[in-house]
Amino acid sequence: MLSAESLKRIDREIAKFPGDQKQSAVIAALAIAQDEKGWLATETMDFVAQYLGMPPIAVYEVASFYNMYNLEPGGRHKLTVCTNLPCALSGGADAAEHLKHRLGVGFNETTADGRVTLKQGECMGACGDAPVLLVNNKRMCSNMSREKLDQLLAELK
Amino acid sequence: MPTVEINGRQIEVQNGATVMDAANALGIAIPHFCYHKKLSIAANCRMCLVQVEKAPKPLPACATPVMEGMKVFTESEYARTAQKSVMEFLLINHPLDCPICDQGGECLLQDLSVGYGKSDSRYQEEKRVVFHKNIGPLISMEEMSRCIHCTRCVRFGQEIAGVMELGMMGRGEHSEIVSFVGNTVDSELSGNMIDLCPVGALTSKPFRYKARTWELARRKSVSPHDSLGSNLVVQVMANKVMRVLPLENEGLNECWLSDRDRYSYEGLNSEDRLTQPMLKVDGKWQEVDWQQALAAVAKGLKNAQTDHGGQGLGALAAPHSTLEELHLLGKLMRGIGSENVDFRLRQSDFSADQKQAGAPWLGMKVADIGGLDRVLVVGSFLRKDHPLLANRMRQSAKRGQQLNLIHATDDNLLISVANKAIVPPQALPETLAQVVKAVAEAKQQPVPAALAGVTVGADAKNIAASLVSGAKTGIFLGNLAAQHAQATQLRLLAQELAGLLGASYGFLGEAANSVGGYLAQAVPGAGGLNAAAMLDEPRKAYVLLNVEPELDCQNPQAAMKAMQDAEFVICLSAYKGSAPDYANALLPIAPFTETSGTFVNAEGRRQSFNGVVKPLGDARPAWKVLRVLGNLLGLEGFDYDSSEQVRDAIGTPEQLAGRLDNRVNGIALQLAAASTGLQRIAEVPIYASDAIVRRAGSLQKTRDAAAPRAWMNSALMTKLGVKDGQAVKVKQGAGAAVLNAACDDRLPRDCVRVAAAHPASKDLGPMSGELSVEPQ
Amino acid sequence: MLDYGPDAILMKGLDGTNWHLKDYEARGGYGALKKVLGEKMTADAVIAEVKKSGLRGRGGAGFPAGLKWSFMPKQYTGPKYLVCNTDEGEPGTFKDRDIIRYNPHMLIEGMIIAAYAMGTAVGYNYIHGEIWAEYTLFEQALDEARAAGYLGENILGSGFAFQLHAVHGWGAYICGEETGLLESIEGKKGQPRFKPPFPASFGLYGKPTTINNTETFAAVPWIINNGGDAFLALGKPNNGGTKLFSVSGHVNRPGNYEVRLGTPFATLLEMAGGMRGGRKIKAVIPGGSSAPVLPGHIMMQTDLDYDSIAKAGSMLGSGAVIVMDETTCMVRALERLSYFYFEESCGQCTPCREGTGWMYRMVHRIEHGKGRQEDLDLLTNVADNIAGRTICALGDAAALPVKSFLNHFREEFQYHVDNKRCMVSEPGGYFTAAAGTEKAA
Ligand SMILES: Cc1cc2nc3c(=O)[nH]c(=O)nc-3n(C[C@H](O)[C@H](O)[C@H](O)COP(=O)(O)O)c2cc1C
Ligand code: SF4
Ligand code: FES
Repeated sequence: MLSAESLKRIDREIAKFPGDQKQSAVIAALAIAQDEKGWLATETMDFVAQYLGMPPIAVYEVASFYNMYNLEPGGRHKLTVCTNLPCALSGGADAAEHLKHRLGVGFNETTADGRVTLKQGECMGACGDAPVLLVNNKRMCSNMSREKLDQLLAELK
Repeated sequence: MPTVEINGRQIEVQNGATVMDAANALGIAIPHFCYHKKLSIAANCRMCLVQVEKAPKPLPACATPVMEGMKVFTESEYARTAQKSVMEFLLINHPLDCPICDQGGECLLQDLSVGYGKSDSRYQEEKRVVFHKNIGPLISMEEMSRCIHCTRCVRFGQEIAGVMELGMMGRGEHSEIVSFVGNTVDSELSGNMIDLCPVGALTSKPFRYKARTWELARRKSVSPHDSLGSNLVVQVMANKVMRVLPLENEGLNECWLSDRDRYSYEGLNSEDRLTQPMLKVDGKWQEVDWQQALAAVAKGLKNAQTDHGGQGLGALAAPHSTLEELHLLGKLMRGIGSENVDFRLRQSDFSADQKQAGAPWLGMKVADIGGLDRVLVVGSFLRKDHPLLANRMRQSAKRGQQLNLIHATDDNLLISVANKAIVPPQALPETLAQVVKAVAEAKQQPVPAALAGVTVGADAKNIAASLVSGAKTGIFLGNLAAQHAQATQLRLLAQELAGLLGASYGFLGEAANSVGGYLAQAVPGAGGLNAAAMLDEPRKAYVLLNVEPELDCQNPQAAMKAMQDAEFVICLSAYKGSAPDYANALLPIAPFTETSGTFVNAEGRRQSFNGVVKPLGDARPAWKVLRVLGNLLGLEGFDYDSSEQVRDAIGTPEQLAGRLDNRVNGIALQLAAASTGLQRIAEVPIYASDAIVRRAGSLQKTRDAAAPRAWMNSALMTKLGVKDGQAVKVKQGAGAAVLNAACDDRLPRDCVRVAAAHPASKDLGPMSGELSVEPQ
Repeated sequence: MLDYGPDAILMKGLDGTNWHLKDYEARGGYGALKKVLGEKMTADAVIAEVKKSGLRGRGGAGFPAGLKWSFMPKQYTGPKYLVCNTDEGEPGTFKDRDIIRYNPHMLIEGMIIAAYAMGTAVGYNYIHGEIWAEYTLFEQALDEARAAGYLGENILGSGFAFQLHAVHGWGAYICGEETGLLESIEGKKGQPRFKPPFPASFGLYGKPTTINNTETFAAVPWIINNGGDAFLALGKPNNGGTKLFSVSGHVNRPGNYEVRLGTPFATLLEMAGGMRGGRKIKAVIPGGSSAPVLPGHIMMQTDLDYDSIAKAGSMLGSGAVIVMDETTCMVRALERLSYFYFEESCGQCTPCREGTGWMYRMVHRIEHGKGRQEDLDLLTNVADNIAGRTICALGDAAALPVKSFLNHFREEFQYHVDNKRCMVSEPGGYFTAAAGTEKAA
């Protein structure tokens, strides 16, 4: 269900917690599963539940509570733009508008070619670098002027 | 022990008590939704906000611990303002559909909104719409927009049912109660979530749109299905049972019901109900009136007695029959010269008869189970046979009670089990003997001579260590133990063990009157035949009370053969079933909702009830039918005017209590050699336990009612050359059943688990013993 | 070199690459730990020093750190936990990220000393989900510390044992709330718990637990090295030390600045390069989005310390200073903040779950020209009905902006209602004043 590499990473997370608290690793485990699969299908969550000895519904609660999980398949790249007030005051909202315009999609939509899913983000703790956006949850791009946004789009295949 | 003042009244409370507890003790009602006395505190609804002197903000009564000298105001302007604002928030997204809501009339939100709501809404935005869900045949989640997110249902699953099947997904305003992506809710206690839901979000699927709650009359009753005797509120409209709810009884069912107790009522008005007396005349069935029917039955019985003597007759009763019915049946048989009467239809070892000191029972009060610190359960499908007793043990286990098991299957009990020994059924006595020996050794007591050769294994050692380390131990024999071919030996071993430990021991009990049957003397006296003997050595005539022989007996093969070969079979039954195939007279009797009667539960508690509706069609209470039969046969002592008279003739509650005794005397401990063939393990599935449940439509659609399969471990599958899911022929004696094989690696070696009490397995033989399996 | 300003002590001498253990040691790092263990300072002595320093929690509430540490039950024999809150998600706040990416060992050292003072053997640092690079960097720093014997059994041969792990969030503001954070570490939804019981008696896995913000722990080594009195002297009585302020919005050089508590706001604004485009200051949210907004002219008269800002009618909070100039539409600004709380409400308690959506929808309507006269009072009333009636402080955090925006800028809301349009800019227009800002640290 998950690769040996992913399981190794999950086991590393489990080891951080007391022996009887495997469930503590669920947030990481789901993120790792998502890294591998791109999104969290029912079977994936079920597997994680089994792996950690949790009720599947408890895994689902977690998966639907935290923002950065993909509960549906999306584009090859997920762009999450912070539009919260501090960022918006320094161009965050404009950056989002620019992306919408360039990609021809709204928030929570995927381009027709399946390349990009656009998301509205909340504060990423990087307001000083506004506009900021995240690529696939992990790569933070700062000071995203229009030029830099266009560059980024050109780079994402 | 702090003292608190609420609304000017003082009370002293336990350390750790909350303001809500204190208010309850004072009889002061504080509005609430998420708080429930049996659930953990969530403090999420905020309806219970109260004013606490010196606190900078209103505090939730349910979660605020009482401090010495605290002054609380629950109805001050300040408190009311807070409560009203919460009510407003709860209502902004709540649909205004009370007129069509099933909860209407018994809705906490509706009730409280009268006192705390505003008449017009200040909320001008669009209301939230929540998509409906399908979680199976019992609970309707059609109207989830009504949910107020109190999470009682979620907490119930986690904390009471022991399995989290519902959760709250998403967050904020988008939070929704769901099951895991399309899963059904399968807990045998699931219906309690409906009671817990303070609004009409979770409702009863079978009851949906059937009636408005205020049209229903509420009557008390007692559940006939298991040995607990759960107290019921039966709701009735137009002489029909519409719904069943728990009647709180802290000593028995607390505020819960099992789904079996709750939904079995659907079987009461089944198509299969027998509503008219019927006689087979020249091979043809005819509807007749009671007079004709009873005359014919009396004549038939008399003839059989004349032709074959009392020994030629036999009477079998289901243990779900009332005390009065069982008593009159015994009296009737004795009146016509036969001691052949029995209600222990699934028992196979009767060697304790005449040697037991009294009626076998639980050995203690149900409520006292919680006070035990060690428990040993032997041979029990605990969770499905005794859903609410299992819940008591689940809650006790959380408080540190150690549950030890000796059993033939390893189903998930949803209880943390301290130690277990899972062995083939015929090894149960040997395993229990190991525990006895280990305990004796640990206690430096002499080991009974018969157990000298026993070698103590690791599992038994662990169990013994657990038991020895406790202060208060209970040993319970389950249905598999009671039905076991070595039942008496198991009982003697339990008695031995209890002696060593200073523990209590007893039987969990199969049915509503498994204790009552003894007290009513529906058991053979000296020279009489027990249930098994009556079938193994067929009689010429039988009287059946509430019995479906192919489903209710230890050996359905033998039972059906005996019925088919008999000259005269009288069925007193609420249902036709397959009786027309073998019976000669069908007498329609009333199920528990249509008659008065009494059940004596596992702890020996005598609980009488009245009929809640009039008998359907021409059905009559069985105690009356038996009374008239007695009269027609000219027997002494059949002139009762009421079921209470019958009951009182059996004994006062005190007298009955005095007849409870688990001790057996004059039988030696002796371990039998185990046989070598494939062994059958048979349980009575939860929704196959009796004639009513078998006809309860919604229960029959649940996962627990799935057709039996031939379960075995993978080693045995390999040995037999069968695959998971493959059809196999299971043979026992002269009969066979074609079932799908299924794999359960927790089953012991060389065992095949095939459920009894189901049409699919009714052609098989005894519930225990050897069988063979071959691929189809 | 990263420049946090002339007063910087915690963030001094950093260049973005010198975060490794050897660099930290070269700056005198782990000296405080060696002092504590070498001099066999008692736990009480460590706590006393922290108490003396006047160090107040940097996560938002400003609770005295030393006092919090003294709540941990001393006689308790089972496991106890230490938790660091690096779930920096309060809009406007971005200081903790700098600590863990530029000076992670300072935090690690601070936590080890805290663990020593409270007798905890295991700690976790919960890191905001959106900062993956920083999380992995922090894990590397932990590995360095383990390899050097600063973490693990028998630290520096003292017999003291402490293990520290990093935990990564995955996108939920509410996990910054301390009990939501604990639930999250336990592998659940981050739904805050009702208090009491407080974490000091019932925390992670039900065990006694102390939670502090990243910056709080990070100040501890300096305090031990230089003494509590010295730290206190950096600031004002009851407001000890320096503090990192994250300046965002309409300034020329947004970024983090470390200044002594009590520094005038005007000084900080100057450090941040002054108002962008030389425009007039209109409003400042001085302590993260949950703090009440203050008009610019009031703020210009206020000093940056807990007590002064409280006196001015707001909170120092997390030290996130959001600056808005005259072109800012306050209705639109509030709309965005209200949306945030609506989105981030965990959903368990009624007033917050239902009220945040209600407030957002009303502000949204007003911004989009569909406001009604009665909305203005209703908004305040709904905010009042949320505040103080929820399980956690997110309810208050959602209510305070609404109340303060209406309190100070009611005429803009009124204008929207009356004229169905904005008085300062085209709809959506003002946010664009952004481009081309210089960068600070
Ligand atoms: C909604 C909400 C969000 C919070 N977010 C954070 C946060 O991101 N970081 C933080 O340190 N504290 C946050 N807090 C405060 C914490 O609950 C807690 O008070 C703090 O971590 C304690 O550390 P301190 O005493 O060192 O400040 C938040 C509180 C609330 C109510
Ligand atoms: S105030 Fe909001 S975030 Fe806090 S517990 Fe209640 S619903 Fe959750
Ligand atoms: S009953 Fe107290 S908050 Fe719900």
